[in-house]
Amino acid sequence: MSADPLLRLDAVTLSYPNGTRALAGVDLTVAAGEFLSLLGPSGCGKSTVLRLVAGLLSPTSGQVEWTRPAARGDIGFVFQEPTLMPWATIRANVRLPLDLAGVGRAEGDSRALAELEKVGLSDFADAYPRELSGGMKMRAALARALVTRPGLLLLDEPFAALDEITRLKLNDDLLALWRHGGFTVLFVTHSVFESVYLSSRIAVMGPRPGRIVGEMMVDLPPERDLATRTGTLYGAQCRAVSALLETAMAPASNTGRGAG
Amino acid sequence: MKELIQRSGLWLLPPLFGLILLGAWEGAIRYWEVPPYLMPAPSAVLAALWGDAALLLGSLWLTLVITLQAFLLAVVSGVALALLFSQSRLAAAALYPYAVILQVTPIVAIAPLVVIWVGYERVNLALLILAWIVAFFPILSNMTLGLRAVDPNLRDLFHLYGASRWQILWRLQLPSALPYLLAGMKISGGLALIGAVVAEFVAGSGTASGLAWRIIESGNRLNMPRLFAALTLLSLLGMTIFGLLSLIQRLLLARWHESELSKAGR
Ligand SMILES: Nc1ncnc2c1ncn2[C@@H]1O[C@H](COP(=O)(O)OP(=O)(O)O)[C@@H](O)[C@H]1O
Ligand SMILES: [Mg+2]
Repeated sequence: MSADPLLRLDAVTLSYPNGTRALAGVDLTVAAGEFLSLLGPSGCGKSTVLRLVAGLLSPTSGQVEWTRPAARGDIGFVFQEPTLMPWATIRANVRLPLDLAGVGRAEGDSRALAELEKVGLSDFADAYPRELSGGMKMRAALARALVTRPGLLLLDEPFAALDEITRLKLNDDLLALWRHGGFTVLFVTHSVFESVYLSSRIAVMGPRPGRIVGEMMVDLPPERDLATRTGTLYGAQCRAVSALLETAMAPASNTGRGAG
Repeated sequence: MKELIQRSGLWLLPPLFGLILLGAWEGAIRYWEVPPYLMPAPSAVLAALWGDAALLLGSLWLTLVITLQAFLLAVVSGVALALLFSQSRLAAAALYPYAVILQVTPIVAIAPLVVIWVGYERVNLALLILAWIVAFFPILSNMTLGLRAVDPNLRDLFHLYGASRWQILWRLQLPSALPYLLAGMKISGGLALIGAVVAEFVAGSGTASGLAWRIIESGNRLNMPRLFAALTLLSLLGMTIFGLLSLIQRLLLARWHESELSKAGR
């Protein structure tokens, strides 16, 4: 890895209070400015990693080290569901992080509107979440996550519940935001194709208790579009990631094979 | 066209049915010449409503005041206690069982005690306390449930942005609890009226003069038209309370809550 690291997970384990061992020694470095995907089967602990990075959980052992301390609002989080407050307008939802930080109403409103403009929702600022489609709600969630201008954006299978057409569109929009936003992305997905299309790097996790079983730079030009998806290079990258995932999923013997 | 009938018809159905029923009732009474002390005709009830208007409206006013006071008291105290419970597990553990005891003990069983303690000379206060006891629990239990029914992801989001306890309560828990509170208020409003009436029945002996007492008194004197008139006012009062609370619920939730989705139209 070339760029300077933003944060590092060092032998992080995590057991939930009920005894579930979610993570068994995760080592992962996130480089500043990269688009890193965390790929793995469901239940392997991907969400747990995100919540650790966000500071919503503390590791049972090991460390989450930041190269510079993360301030409030320095992390944006997008969940699998839009997670909007149903009683508030889209504008108020996007403004929430600023409200909580004590930013004035006028400034908060104008920043929220600017962010809504970027995700193409200007016309829906005063609508309520239930008046929006699933994809639009996700855009609103994205705008909310970016309104504090975070250095790191965490996304937890954000588009998994959307139809394919909407998902592809949102993938492109997310990429555009990332390219112009100058923030780092840690993106959780269980889709090989999505991870290859979006990422500059992919980390593959094995089944629970989760750990990183392989990492791969994505060897594709930074500009991605429809041509990317149909190119041979894309196919080859997807195969390589699938192979990594398969190794990860192989029962018990996988550690031996990985070492060999 | 058929759809129009179906839609407006649903509104018209209850009053239409009521009119037919009243007509049949009036006709039957006249046909079989049923004496009014057994069963008054609707016209006799209407006459009693008109003739005893001053008396009945006075009683209606008293019952109304006690019901409203008890209801407001129930809302304020129920919400306050639920907030306390949500902020302090210790308080919840210590107090909740007593709230339940208050709820499961039949009000008729405590009523005489409360009336004696408060004293017959302050019987309206006794009625208020009893109606409050009945109306209080739905508010407490619904509000407690509502304060807990927060989307866990939203809670995480608030934590992520370093929200204070106060911000979480004010901006997240209270709005989440609102639909639960309003549902509780709808139940509680009806119960406050029931409590006020039951309490007056128990207090009895002419100390209070609400609608319940008019019913007892009219029954004793076999003045059935007046009894039915009082009963009618009681039902109307109950329906008005329910209707108003439903309206408030609709106004407050119309734009965002699933329960109001179908009514808002699309
Ligand atoms: N709050 C929790 N308490 C107990 N077990 C949990 C909790 N959250 C997740 N788990 C368990 O930890 C494992 C990893 O969960 P998660 O990180 O959500 O996986 P993923 O996001 O990869 O699907 C799963 O087996 C899940 O059941
Ligand atoms: Mg998950």
